[in-house]
Amino acid sequence: MVSASSNPSSPVAGPAIDAVAVKVLISGGFGVGKTTLVSAVSEIVPLRTEEVITELSNGIDDVSGIEDKSTTTVAMDFGRITINPELVLYLFGTPGQDRFWFMWDELARGALGAVVLVDTRRLDACFAAIDYFERRELPFVVGVNCFGGDQPYDVDEIRAALDIDSFIPVILCDARERESTKELLVKLMEHVMAAARLADRVPSQQARSSAPT
Amino acid sequence: MASRDEVWFDDAAGPLVRPYALTRGRTRDNRYGLDLVTLVVSVRPEVHERIVEPEYADVLWVCEHPLSIAEVAAKIDLPLCVVKVMLADLIEVDYVIYRTGWQPVRNAPDMDTMQKVLDGIRKL
Repeated sequence: MVSASSNPSSPVAGPAIDAVAVKVLISGGFGVGKTTLVSAVSEIVPLRTEEVITELSNGIDDVSGIEDKSTTTVAMDFGRITINPELVLYLFGTPGQDRFWFMWDELARGALGAVVLVDTRRLDACFAAIDYFERRELPFVVGVNCFGGDQPYDVDEIRAALDIDSFIPVILCDARERESTKELLVKLMEHVMAAARLADRVPSQQARSSAPT
Repeated sequence: MASRDEVWFDDAAGPLVRPYALTRGRTRDNRYGLDLVTLVVSVRPEVHERIVEPEYADVLWVCEHPLSIAEVAAKIDLPLCVVKVMLADLIEVDYVIYRTGWQPVRNAPDMDTMQKVLDGIRKL
């Protein structure tokens, strides 16, 4: 779309301006290890970006929400993997609080897929994320963060407790470990591609009008 | 008696007043469909920094090399919505150029990009 500008002797390893930027989401309850997971594979120290919501004005273009200070800050941590100068992958941790749905919409738009990280001691903390991705038809895998310890439940028990479809991968992992996190992301991408192939073969009903003659 | 402006710059209003004042209260901007992973890069920041407000100059220098908007916002420590408005202003005058992030096309998945991501992760 646009051409690269002159970049004199760039010491910063990063994407080119004509790179394709893709993102995946790392989701799950508060304290489940989302930022830890991002740190394990990111080439940069995870950054934090904030969005401010004026709760009363609800995003309308005015300053009334600022004046009466009904603002809420939503923080997201994210990391980056420059696969090559033409392709860069961003990993975004979703806000821990479920009520910031508008932020999830911005995060999910254009995302390849999501990892739902769960802690079996607080399984219910991830239900909102699973519901959200199912509703948006965004492919996701479940990573069971074992925190380096023993996991008292097996994958089938966890799958049953989460009430998710059998084709959704459930993977035991340790979010602190780079190899474990890599494996989780590999499983995610394989699942994303399988889901895409399936969608390609079975067009959704909304798209029936474009069927070839 | 206090005018609207004086209320605005009251200490109690907190540190957000300045950025919102900069963007003249604009909190949403869809001029260019900018999102978290839109890549931006400034054009000749050493020239344009002298023309713009200091906060805008900060933005120009932060994206001296291509960066996502999320990274720009994190590095200058301003809310995303403010940074998007500022970047849109800079794009409008051609001080910044941008590239929109990957968007899925329904029923036409970009398998090639997905495969490259998968291969890239495997090689980490």
